Amino acid sequence: MSIVLKHEIPGDDFSRAGEASSAVKNKLKQMGIPPEVIRNVSIAAYEGEINAVIHANGGEITVTVDPDAIVIVISDTGNGIPDIELAMQEGYTTASDNIRALGFGAGMGLPNMKKYADEFDIRSEAGKGTVITMKIYMKRPKD
Amino acid sequence: MTIKDISTLLNCSVLCCEERLGSDVHMACGSDMMSDVLAFVKDQAVLLTGLLNPQVVRTAEMMDIICIVFVRGKTPGQDVVELAREKGVVILSTKERMYEACGKLYESGLKGRKEP
Ligand SMILES: Nc1ncnc2c1ncn2[C@@H]1O[C@H](COP(=O)(O)OP(=O)(O)OP(=O)(O)O)[C@@H](O)[C@H]1O
Ligand SMILES: [Mg+2]
Repeated sequence: MSIVLKHEIPGDDFSRAGEASSAVKNKLKQMGIPPEVIRNVSIAAYEGEINAVIHANGGEITVTVDPDAIVIVISDTGNGIPDIELAMQEGYTTASDNIRALGFGAGMGLPNMKKYADEFDIRSEAGKGTVITMKIYMKRPKD
Repeated sequence: MTIKDISTLLNCSVLCCEERLGSDVHMACGSDMMSDVLAFVKDQAVLLTGLLNPQVVRTAEMMDIICIVFVRGKTPGQDVVELAREKGVVILSTKERMYEACGKLYESGLKGRKEP
């Protein structure tokens, strides 16, 4: 009895970055998911969506709603992350000044995603892309 | 403190969602970096920023932030105001700079996030 939400993340228009996460958030609200769960899902999805736009030229987000948890998968076919451990550190970023002028590139996105998700998995291959899977439990939301 | 109090303290113009000025605000966050804002989650927060793009409203939407104050007299484009209206986020604009705006609110009892 799972519900699957799937959205393209267009990579060519930064002003639209966040639309997919917004659509997911609206749907979860309609479904009556608890607000703290929705917020954790929204933030994790949004950080992933922004990363896909600014670092990988777009991608795809799939959100699966199960009775006990919500699973978010964000995938792209960008350049990948050469050193995942380094990328996971707070403050590490390869973002340009252009990106920083848009309010992103603090090197906080991946650590934030890990923080808001109950389970976090990142796989990346140079030249092939990145897949991030996050699970957020319906009960016992973090913090 | 209500959004109306913030508007009065900082002498703001209200750009949308005037009907929500009576809402209570419990804390504030001032930043131009949206990922720093996203690291900060609390209920009934207000965001002070000098950044003007739609992602400011998107960030507020994701975090259930109920009010955005644009500092240094900046006014966002109509698309940004429309998005905020659609999401029910109150948009204020003040002539104060970031430091002074935050200082005034803090002095009046609106604190930041308490725990780390
Ligand atoms: N989908 C991706 N494809 C390729 N590289 C990525 C991807 N996601 C993250 N990275 C790399 O990992 C780094 C750290 O990502 P993270 O989200 O933590 O910070 P950021 O996006 O640079 O800044 P912020 O998230 O604070 O706006 C990025 O600067 C980038 O080099
Ligand atoms: Mg990021």
